[in-house]
Amino acid sequence: MSAAPFRLKTGGRIARERPLSFTFDGRRFEGFAGDTLASALLAHGVATVARSFKFHRRRGIYTASSDEPNALVSLGGGGRHEPNARATDTELFDGLAARSQNCWPSVNFDLMAVNGWFAPILKAGFYYKTFMGPTRGAWRVYEHVIRRAAGLGKATLQRDPDTYEHGHLFCDVLVAGAGPAGLAAALAAGRAGARVIVCEQQPRTGGQLLDQPADGPGDDWRRRIMDELAGLATVRIMTRTSVFGAYDGGTFGLIERLFDHVREPPGRQPRQRSWTLRCGHAVIATGATERAIVFANNDRPGIMLASAIGSMINRYAVLPGRAVVLFTNNDSAYDVACDAARAGAAVTLVDVRRQPPAKRSGRCRDAGVAIIAGHGVIAAAGRKSVSGVHIAPVDASDDTRFLACDLLGVSGGWTPAVHLMSHRGARPLYDEGLACFVPGDMSPGQSAAGACAGAFALSACIAQGLAAGREAAGLCGFARTRKPLRTSIEIDDAWEMPIEPYWASPVNGRTKSAPRFVDLQNDVTISDIELAHREGFVSLEHLKRYTTLGMGTDQGKTSNVAALALMAGLRGCAVSDVGTTTFRPPYMPVAIGALAGPRVGPRLQPRRLSPMHDWHRDHGAVYIQAGLWERPWYYPGPGESLEQCYIREARQTRKTVGLTDVSPLGKIDVQGPDAAEFLNRVYINGWKKLAVGKARYGVMLREDGIVADDGTTSRLADEHYFMTTTTANAGAVMARLEFLLQTAWPDLKVHVTSVSDQWAGMAVAGPRSRDLLAGLIRDVDFSAEGLPFMGLAHGSVRAIPVRILRVSYSGELAYELYCPAGFGHELWDRVFGAGADFDLVVYGLEAMGTMRIEKGHVAGPEIDGRTSAGDLGLGRMASTKKPFIGSVLMRRDGLRDASRPALVGIRPVERTQRLSAGAILCEPGRHEGHGIGHVSSITFSPQMGCDIALALVSGGLAREGDIVDAVFSMRDETVAVRIVNPVFFDPGGERLRG
Amino acid sequence: MIRIDCPYCGARDHTEFSYGGDASVPRPDIACEDIKAWSDYVFLRDNPRGAHSEFWHHVNGCREWLIVKRDTATHEVAAVLPARGNMP
Ligand SMILES: [Zn+2]
Repeated sequence: MSAAPFRLKTGGRIARERPLSFTFDGRRFEGFAGDTLASALLAHGVATVARSFKFHRRRGIYTASSDEPNALVSLGGGGRHEPNARATDTELFDGLAARSQNCWPSVNFDLMAVNGWFAPILKAGFYYKTFMGPTRGAWRVYEHVIRRAAGLGKATLQRDPDTYEHGHLFCDVLVAGAGPAGLAAALAAGRAGARVIVCEQQPRTGGQLLDQPADGPGDDWRRRIMDELAGLATVRIMTRTSVFGAYDGGTFGLIERLFDHVREPPGRQPRQRSWTLRCGHAVIATGATERAIVFANNDRPGIMLASAIGSMINRYAVLPGRAVVLFTNNDSAYDVACDAARAGAAVTLVDVRRQPPAKRSGRCRDAGVAIIAGHGVIAAAGRKSVSGVHIAPVDASDDTRFLACDLLGVSGGWTPAVHLMSHRGARPLYDEGLACFVPGDMSPGQSAAGACAGAFALSACIAQGLAAGREAAGLCGFARTRKPLRTSIEIDDAWEMPIEPYWASPVNGRTKSAPRFVDLQNDVTISDIELAHREGFVSLEHLKRYTTLGMGTDQGKTSNVAALALMAGLRGCAVSDVGTTTFRPPYMPVAIGALAGPRVGPRLQPRRLSPMHDWHRDHGAVYIQAGLWERPWYYPGPGESLEQCYIREARQTRKTVGLTDVSPLGKIDVQGPDAAEFLNRVYINGWKKLAVGKARYGVMLREDGIVADDGTTSRLADEHYFMTTTTANAGAVMARLEFLLQTAWPDLKVHVTSVSDQWAGMAVAGPRSRDLLAGLIRDVDFSAEGLPFMGLAHGSVRAIPVRILRVSYSGELAYELYCPAGFGHELWDRVFGAGADFDLVVYGLEAMGTMRIEKGHVAGPEIDGRTSAGDLGLGRMASTKKPFIGSVLMRRDGLRDASRPALVGIRPVERTQRLSAGAILCEPGRHEGHGIGHVSSITFSPQMGCDIALALVSGGLAREGDIVDAVFSMRDETVAVRIVNPVFFDPGGERLRG
Repeated sequence: MIRIDCPYCGARDHTEFSYGGDASVPRPDIACEDIKAWSDYVFLRDNPRGAHSEFWHHVNGCREWLIVKRDTATHEVAAVLPARGNMP
């Protein structure tokens, strides 16, 4: 463990009584509670912490905030490994393990730095020109090399052991940001009685006040306001909480980092919480980001934003250099210069303005700061880190002189954080006087206060915050407080002199070939912007995509405005004419885990389980996901494959009797005097003549004449029907029926109720099904006369009421039994038990599919949203005597075209050949275009002893007997198949009617 | 997040609702046999930027179909009516 040579003996807001130990690239260091990883590394003089994205240049810590472009590191290990964390807002904790990234073998000796030698070719548009044009084949060759060489940290493939939560918040006034403006707004709104939530992304409130010397007037003010806020019951302050997005209707997205600042969350508490907040009004007080000035080699370690040096000194008691140069075009760096000088550094302040601010200059000189006005930094010197700067008069760039230094602070002015104000589409405006974008028209329900609104003086921030807080509370219906608020502050930091826009220093003969970085994170230089301009990518959206400017994890927060201004300069237009990019959430990187919250793994979506689920599980069912349903797919015996199993199940069912679970079918109870008329309108076939105690197969169309769904509906009583739908469309059919009754036909006296979950359903199919059920359900006459095909009966098994429908999906003599869901398991048990004498087999979804394909019944693969009733061989069902949904548009010319693909069966000419679902049907040898149709459902048919399939082929059964090719390109497979009738099994229906 | 003030349930997040399309075009009577009338109803839709009248189904609430007057550019909701009795 080494001493920390750059740690100040006194001051700061760190807890010196709580030392912490951490590692960086395996080396052990010591810091204090209250440090960030960045401040602790700087205290030890660790200059290089990362390698740059493209050129692998050495990079140091550039900011003291979440806007950091350079100092991205990987944290943690195993499943907690987190790439691309910003060292600057990573709170230090005992045992923190951080590693540099994008370098090999190490950050100090990076072989990938050879990329820097290729800088002349790795310029803007390199990817497009090399890999999109005639040479695009090169991508295949070089992709892995480039992906390895250019990049950030790598995500882990291990499971994240931490948990994340979702929550909802409601308030009258949201205050985003707890700097002086935000705290003042919260106080004013809270005093008026409004429910206020204040969000601050840092671990403590205060914002820029924390960059003032500790225990000064800034701290006094903050303590006073915090005390008052603590006394207000309706104000909630959430620290470590970022407002990352503004959405419609006063909704905001928040991320609360509960336990990022410890090694692992205590107990089973969540690591982060993602909040959806709804408010009446939002006061945006998100502050401003300092921005850079571009000069040669401006990316050297040891170059930071001026305000970051102020933060290091006043928050963390770290002075990261002995000889400091500050380079500015505005007043704000003067305070930093004073603080650095008082902390013991030799400080020179270089101001591009010829006339420095008088009062600030006086204070600086008193502190021993040398001021050089009218000069700019042309270039930084030093290889591993900055060793000095070449400065020159702003109008004579070749007249340079050298200043030795080991720390350079840069201030190119301030960029208000207008993101939350722009997420809903409002555009910021360029203010020539402040040389920055300020909020323009506000989005509804928002106001801005403080630096994010262009107010850079504390007194103005506080005044704006108070006004905005009062106004927000008023808009939410809370009377204004009459009691005056003690909110003045004894700091006068109002700018004396206006900022002088100065985006980049000129080049001179000496610095011509050195890179001048605009976007540090993505290695975008002025040359790239010039190239984009020459090649016509002059609009900001094009510039951004061509150069990748502002597209890093920092979204160019410290660089975008300079890039805009530079492009404006090249074009000879005003900055406002170049525009700004669209601001989209999230404001800063958000962990996917937090957005997913608890909805991961088995909680990704609800599981729908049949009432007989436990039985299936206990009997070795293999499940298949069908929508949200977990359905038994097949019930393998020892060592049995899926194919062996479903063939056995289907064969046995056709031989004796089979039992399968049909509970997931959609079930809708239809009641009312107009129920028959209603069914007549929603189904293509007629329902008026269906007698009580009978069932009927029905087909529904959409309004455009395409088939929507099918199922059986039975008449339980005069005004009472029981409708079934396919499992997949159960929800959609229900919603559609409600729509029709509520909007189109409110005069019909009908009520529909979804009863899908209320009824368990099972099908008993096979030649011995009648014998089995007759022995089990004694109060029903199962004879062919007593319960004929499409008949309905009510019976009971002990106390279980059972609704019996004699319908058949398998083509066998078959019955569907329905009982209240709570009895489902017991009824199944009894049927299964009684089946022992009849060689009963339980079958799953796969065998069910086999039997329905053998029987030529259509299902989801055929009812695919493109097929008409005619296409599916169901056209004859459509009534011509009544109107129904889709009855008009099904007669469109296009839907009556005889060449439309229509349902057929196919089987391989060579019986041993296998078929593939999704194969394209083509005329023999003419494998072109979209072919003449496609294979929709396949199975091995135990009855036919070969593969069979349903298909949709142009011309349909007019092609019966023809031989065509089934082409499956993904396996380079062609099978000659014969077009046959789709009813492979028992075409006369003797079995199911028997 | 759009907040929809269901006349039956109160203000709820739009995640409780499902979108049901344009509510500005009158639906032909079930007995209407005019292909053009049905084609216009099914296929011809404006795509306005600004005020729009549309169906939303309170599918995870009261299951009533509603007519929501929404600005497609700002997502501002001007009115929410039961579809019953307010059809175009
Ligand atoms: Zn409702």
